[in-house]
Amino acid sequence: MATEVQGTDAAVHEGEGVRRRDFINIAAVSFAGVGGLAVLAPLINQMNPSADVLAQATSEVDLSAIAEGQAIKAVFRSQPLFVRHLTAKEIAEADAVDPSTLRDPQTLEQRTVDGKKQWLITMGVCTHLGCVPLGAGEGENRGEFGGYFCPCHGSAYDTAARIRKGPAPKNLQVPTYKYTSDTAILVG
Amino acid sequence: MSFPWAEHYTPKLPLMKWIDEKLPLPRFVYNAVGGGYEVPRNLNYFWNFGVLAGLALTIQLVTGIILAMHYASNAGIAFDSVEHMMRDVNSGWLLRYAHANGASFFFIVVYIHIFRGLFYGSYKAPREMVWLLGVVIFLLMMATAFMGYVLPWGQMSFWGAQVITGLFSAIPVVGDPIHTWLLGGFAPGDATLNRFFSLHYLLPFVIAGVIILHIWALHIPGSSNPTGVEVKGPQDTVPFHPYYTAKDGFGVGVFLLLFALVLFFAPNAMGHPDNYIQANPMSTPAHIVPEWYFWPFYAILRAFTMDLSIPFTGIVIIPAKLLGVLAMFSSILLLFFLPWIDTSPVRSGTYRPLFKKFFYLLLVDVVVLGYCGGAPAAEPYVMISQIAAAYYFAHFLIVLPIIASIERPDPLPGSITEAVLAKAKHRPVEADPALAAAAE
Repeated sequence: MATEVQGTDAAVHEGEGVRRRDFINIAAVSFAGVGGLAVLAPLINQMNPSADVLAQATSEVDLSAIAEGQAIKAVFRSQPLFVRHLTAKEIAEADAVDPSTLRDPQTLEQRTVDGKKQWLITMGVCTHLGCVPLGAGEGENRGEFGGYFCPCHGSAYDTAARIRKGPAPKNLQVPTYKYTSDTAILVG
Repeated sequence: MSFPWAEHYTPKLPLMKWIDEKLPLPRFVYNAVGGGYEVPRNLNYFWNFGVLAGLALTIQLVTGIILAMHYASNAGIAFDSVEHMMRDVNSGWLLRYAHANGASFFFIVVYIHIFRGLFYGSYKAPREMVWLLGVVIFLLMMATAFMGYVLPWGQMSFWGAQVITGLFSAIPVVGDPIHTWLLGGFAPGDATLNRFFSLHYLLPFVIAGVIILHIWALHIPGSSNPTGVEVKGPQDTVPFHPYYTAKDGFGVGVFLLLFALVLFFAPNAMGHPDNYIQANPMSTPAHIVPEWYFWPFYAILRAFTMDLSIPFTGIVIIPAKLLGVLAMFSSILLLFFLPWIDTSPVRSGTYRPLFKKFFYLLLVDVVVLGYCGGAPAAEPYVMISQIAAAYYFAHFLIVLPIIASIERPDPLPGSITEAVLAKAKHRPVEADPALAAAAE
């Protein structure tokens, strides 16, 4: 359209062959396009977790009742949370491994809070496809590395909940948490 | 849209003439599935499965709309509302079993429909668009079926949702936010159930829309046929009605018979008993499997157990989990390219001796994948899935192009009529006076 020679005075006056009509056309379509994108934002964002779901996004866990060698399943963000009180032997086993040989290299120190090395707090969600691994309950199969074992596709985690064998790509996730007292943590 | 010799719609009643001038809907139907649509005369029973898929969709729509009247899409009561349907609602058990088994039957007929297309080269020019739209319908069906399976909120529903949405978390960088966004939370919950219900109700109507496009695209060149030879003249075709309405009617009867057999005597045969346990986010069932119709794809997903890394450096390029996800999606997306992968000009597998052998191998391969997908993730199934998944991709990416370039096809019949009459010659002509007349 813009290349058509209309021969009107307006086209000549505005120079560079840009007609008023073309300018209005582009401006109007651009404005409608930006408006359309702005409308799209809430339509997409409504699918994100709602305020009440986010309000449940922290959990408190009392550690005082967990004996050495024992583990419990708590709930964090409606997913299982494994809280494990490691024995000295389990800590030694975890420390004996050279991290550079691991699929997801991390030491037990990096996965626990300073001075609280015996408290291993991880999500109970296998990093492969999200099943709940076994090993937190009494008498459950802990797999060949003495940590957790996922029955779905056979991922085995060691005593620091690091991935050692099977299809899972990462160590069990350590959520952000802090100690609110010596025997209580706030997760999230 | 049709051949020049097709019957024209001529309304006789004044009312029909009046309607035809205002809104020519009866004319449209007559030209689409009536006497005005000319179809090759030699279609075999494999050509029934398009109509059967339409029937299966209709069954799903009718039973589904009724089930929605009794269902509650709230994570607290969804499981109970389904049990309420099964025990208390009048004929609720029948409608729910019909819907659950209807989904399985829908996939059975669609898989036969797809393999029909693969064997007879229905995806080749000029019908590429028909094939592409068919793959779109297949993807929509998979999404709909997956979300429908989540609605009863049993153990398999919950953990199926967890695993399948977990696939998206394999995407680098943006995977986790997408995962949370899809679920509306950090694990499947109320928000997930509600959006799945909404979409599960919507998508079948989208499918119906794409089916209309699928049929529209089909009716431009007209239906293919078992010889793959194009229609050459009026002697090659018969009108859809009454010839194929009758033939499809017979197929519908057989379909309904088999459907009733499963519905009334083995309604849970294709389901998983764990889905009669209410969803429990704290405990994973020992063996998570999707519905049987997803097994081949699930096997491809699980076949990838090794990271793709640079040898001897340990630098991982693509982790195993992402590889599995990519392979699973590509196994379907690959079908979009099929019309351009298979370059052989001969359509029908009947006249392609080499192609035929590999077609049956693919069929066996997919069945093997399906079996492994339903089995636990242990040896020997993992290794078998790896071999079978490798063949699946090799079939499309390597075998088909090679066959197309080296194969010497059998001689094609001169026309559809010639093929039909050549077959009839093996029978005494006197036994069939109609054929005897046609032969002269």
